Amino acid sequence: MSEAMQNYVPGTHPDMPPPVGQRGVALWMRKNLFSSWINTFFTLLAIYFLYLIIPPILNWAVFDAVLEASSRQECRAISSGACWAFISERLNNLVYGRYPNTEYWRVNLAFVMMLIALVPVLFDNVPGRKYGLIYSCAYPFIAAWLLLGGFGLMPVDTDEFGGMMLNTVVGVTGIAFSLPIGILLALGRQSHLPIVKSLSVCFIEFIRGVPLITLLFVASTMLNYFLPPGVQFDLLLRVLIMVTLFASGYIAEVVRGGLQAIPKGQKEAADSMGLKYWQAMRLIILPQALKISIPGIVNTFIGLFKDTTLVLIIGLLDVLGMGRLSLSDSTWNGLSNEMYVSIACFFFIACFSMSRYSIYLEGKLDKGYKR
Amino acid sequence: MGETEAAETVNKAPIQSAASKDDLIEIIGMHKWYGDFHVLKDINLRVKKGERIVICGPSGSGKSTMIRCINRLEEHQKGQIIVDGIELTNDLKQIDAIRREVGMVFQHFNLFPHLTVLENCTLGPIWVRQVPKDQAEATAMEYLNKVKIPEQAHKYPGQLSGGQQQRVAIARSLCMNPRIMLFDEPTSALDPEMIKEVLDTMIELASTGMTMLCVTHEMGFAKTVADRVIFMDGGEIIEENEPNEFFNNPQHERTKLFLSQILGH
Repeated sequence: MSEAMQNYVPGTHPDMPPPVGQRGVALWMRKNLFSSWINTFFTLLAIYFLYLIIPPILNWAVFDAVLEASSRQECRAISSGACWAFISERLNNLVYGRYPNTEYWRVNLAFVMMLIALVPVLFDNVPGRKYGLIYSCAYPFIAAWLLLGGFGLMPVDTDEFGGMMLNTVVGVTGIAFSLPIGILLALGRQSHLPIVKSLSVCFIEFIRGVPLITLLFVASTMLNYFLPPGVQFDLLLRVLIMVTLFASGYIAEVVRGGLQAIPKGQKEAADSMGLKYWQAMRLIILPQALKISIPGIVNTFIGLFKDTTLVLIIGLLDVLGMGRLSLSDSTWNGLSNEMYVSIACFFFIACFSMSRYSIYLEGKLDKGYKR
Repeated sequence: MGETEAAETVNKAPIQSAASKDDLIEIIGMHKWYGDFHVLKDINLRVKKGERIVICGPSGSGKSTMIRCINRLEEHQKGQIIVDGIELTNDLKQIDAIRREVGMVFQHFNLFPHLTVLENCTLGPIWVRQVPKDQAEATAMEYLNKVKIPEQAHKYPGQLSGGQQQRVAIARSLCMNPRIMLFDEPTSALDPEMIKEVLDTMIELASTGMTMLCVTHEMGFAKTVADRVIFMDGGEIIEENEPNEFFNNPQHERTKLFLSQILGH
């Protein structure tokens, strides 16, 4: 008290810490949890609900869970908790689909290599990024060779792809190719060249006006009518193309929003310097427009990744399809909670990572030129 | 009564005289329309190398549009614009060639917010003139020194004051080593206390013999720096004279009115 009341000669007042209760945890709690009677009431109510919900969930998923059993009966005989034994027995199916089990290492290797390939793409401060990016560009071909085989590896038909691996293949391909196509479409839509513009507009509006399922059906059945007889066109490839085109239509609109937010003066300044159209786009306009579009782009990617489960409808067995197939097994009948919770976890981890990365990227790009 | 006469002498004289080698910019009988709206009417203008011209006039008189035509930020529909011996046509190569020689400073600076001050200055030289990066950076630092903000080189434009940003914009244009500089109301978006630092920079630039066209309302600047002052109204060049005559003895009623409004407060 005496310290706070002390008088200083003008110009000599030292910087002092805020008083107790105006800093740290106490301040945070008072501001965010107990700032008024109503907030205090809702804070307590929320705590009560958490108390009601969390213990039973923990009991089911952790404390009463059964990790080893050979059938549903066995599980239930041990406890009423989650029967994770079912998932662990089916794990290979859920991850690899019907991929031949002697060749699982190829999928694992492709996955690890994908994670490595992502590093230089996602982070710009890794050493040797230039060479890393070359590897990242080569990765799709390496992965295709590993997964499909040939050239010394046992060939694997795409019919045998399935599970999380299928979701990842479709999702990653869609994401990787839809971004550049989407950017081109967005630029095309703003173009002064009438043909480029109208083609872009038609494409985008068509894609956005049609459900993905319809496109997948077209991919699986109708394309056969259009192709000359005898031409074999892999179903997975058709799905990949459709998913990519579908996502790029949405990306194009997200990017267009970003492009429109860039003041006209930026292009004029670039023009007045003598930069060519593509230079101006690549160096000036797109870096700014894409930065604004990050939340929308990642949102589209997350949607795309979850939509990969729709391939179930045309008979490809992704992780959801594999899960449903496993559920129909009479030994494990009726364990749908365990199955769907596990699949939900898989999607949550993937989508939440994307979301966190987008927040990291926004924060990083925001540095420096905050107004 | 003297209205048409004054306008005609201004308009006709340059067309007849043979193009001298000194002419950096020739605008001959240029018209421009925005849709049906006739923005620029029969503009005739010659600018010699090293000449400093101030263009003034009420808002909407077409002065910005006119100088934006010189580097093809706006397209003209009739007449000729010849910059440094190259005629502006739809040929992209010629447009690029002209833009390389013509620097422009904008009212709202138009710096690139995602690049540092230094990167703003080196981008053009590196990508358009294919100057090696270290050389471009050395040149950029030289010009940043000239506009007196070398210490801000590694900051982003958003961290600078308006006056500093405009000086960066001037340095950025100069890094391209242009033969002509266009200024489109460079001080109109600035707080009063920052106008002087930008004008000082421009006066210094003028003393180096740069050919300059400035759209501005800074009459003090016009008096000290300009070789000629051009008054525009309604899309036409109304009057054109050397600054002393222009300010002390304006010929045209509209010029008198404009000057009384701008100087009379």
